[in-house]
Amino acid sequence: MDIYQEQILEHYKEPHHFGELANASYTRHEVNTSCGDDFTFFIHVTDAGIIDAVGFTGQGCAISTAAASLLADDINHKPLAAVLEYSSDVMLNLLGIPLVPTRLKCALLPLQAVTRITQPPL
Amino acid sequence: MNQADFPLLNTTHLAWLDNAATSQKPQAVLTAMTDFYSTTNANVHRGIYRLSEQATAAYEAVREQTRQLIGAASTTEIIFTSGATAGLNLLANALSSYVLKPDDVILLTPAEHHSNLVPWQLQAARYGAKLEFLPMRTDTTLDLATLANRLHDRVKLVALAHIANATGTVHDIQTIIQQARQRSIPVVIDAAQSVPHRSINVQQLDCDFLVWSGHKMCGPTGTGVVYGKQAWLEQLPPWQGGGNMIRTVFLDHATWNDLPYKFEAGTPNIAGVIGLGAAIKYLQTLGFDQIQASTETVYHYLLDQLATLDFVQVLGPTDRTQRSSIASFVVPGVHPHDVAQILDQHNVAVRAGHHCAQPLLRQLAIPATTRASVYFYNTTADIDQLVIGLKQVYSTFHGYLSRTNSGAL
Ligand SMILES: Cc1ncc(COP(=O)(O)O)c(C=O)c1O
Repeated sequence: MDIYQEQILEHYKEPHHFGELANASYTRHEVNTSCGDDFTFFIHVTDAGIIDAVGFTGQGCAISTAAASLLADDINHKPLAAVLEYSSDVMLNLLGIPLVPTRLKCALLPLQAVTRITQPPL
Repeated sequence: MNQADFPLLNTTHLAWLDNAATSQKPQAVLTAMTDFYSTTNANVHRGIYRLSEQATAAYEAVREQTRQLIGAASTTEIIFTSGATAGLNLLANALSSYVLKPDDVILLTPAEHHSNLVPWQLQAARYGAKLEFLPMRTDTTLDLATLANRLHDRVKLVALAHIANATGTVHDIQTIIQQARQRSIPVVIDAAQSVPHRSINVQQLDCDFLVWSGHKMCGPTGTGVVYGKQAWLEQLPPWQGGGNMIRTVFLDHATWNDLPYKFEAGTPNIAGVIGLGAAIKYLQTLGFDQIQASTETVYHYLLDQLATLDFVQVLGPTDRTQRSSIASFVVPGVHPHDVAQILDQHNVAVRAGHHCAQPLLRQLAIPATTRASVYFYNTTADIDQLVIGLKQVYSTFHGYLSRTNSGAL
């Protein structure tokens, strides 16, 4: 199966939720130094603990950018507590493409930013 | 030429264009290593029995082959290591402890492989010394106009690659060595990308130290060589301690073995060195003139073909006499990982990433590149396969190439 499916390329071309969030409750920057992928996630959380706004900035390959876009779509309007528990399977299901081990790092970088978003910056 | 000598190339339709990372191995090398383990395996420089003497003789014969390969004056100047990285760490440790004082300077280039940068950073921190860098033009060639000033009084060491691994840029080491020599500054040449490709004569070059890996020249992984001028090696302290490098050991101190053993602690990679000997013999039988000519034919074809693809930008000098065997390129709008993955689907193996030269790419403001690198056994058909793959990259990402928010270059 070709990993460069229409859906992946569309998200790469026009990522959803791309841009900074001015009033973010949490932000998190993650980089993959081996390829230069670099993403920052922003979320706003309501008093009830629900994510009600998401944004991300940065640059990366088609896989990591599509992963960031798909993940941003998915976590919007979900409880933060549940999102923090996301496993890599959630991300891989969202992408829906087979990945070789070296590309897993690309696919999982945005998830890493999201699941660490409440942790103090490095 | 000679793809048939390489079992891996012979049995796959792979276009192996990652030779700057490692070369494939000819059958002669595999056979030499298997034969050694099957008939001659014993530790070296130890046994009184014949087998150990045979193993030692075979190991030392490769030292003589290596001496000849680079035109060194004596086998005492040839040290076997596990690779260029180990060699550079050996020299960084031994040389720095011998020459560096606080505020001294180590002069490098911004394009070094991490293995010729980080070991010097570690030593600079240890001795309170500083690193300085020769200026580099945007085409990644070194600007040597101010070399005389760069080799100022506090500079105690110079280290640089002969050929930069990220771009294939050939540095004018002759000029740098000559000017450093006038000031008695020792020069370490990282020849990992040049010894596999061209004949080198250390006495003509007049370099103090030359370092390379066996695995990029058809030899096995885990082998490498440090050449050092005898006068230097005699003065330098050992780096690693252990068996073989000592003469007499007391509870509280020890004395050192003769050269080159002073720098070869522990059981060496004996079978690997035997394999390296077979690789040197294989390359010398082909002849370095022939190797260079075959490589250049394919390399120039590669550069010509890349020039026909208007969505591809090649880094490095346009003057081909300043380039060797490597083409590092970007496809603006497409990340090198995506390029390399699509090429892999076309059975083309290239490297994508920072090529262990993060500071260089940072200076060029490029996060990563795709790198195709050739050796004598590559053919123009390998390049054609690459070009077909690159056209696929274009058609897959067509319409996405001008985006600015991601993967932008
Ligand atoms: C210029 C240069 N220096 C040093 C090295 C390090 O060699 P090794 O990884 O074999 O120790 C390499 C190989 O990647 C290289 O290309």
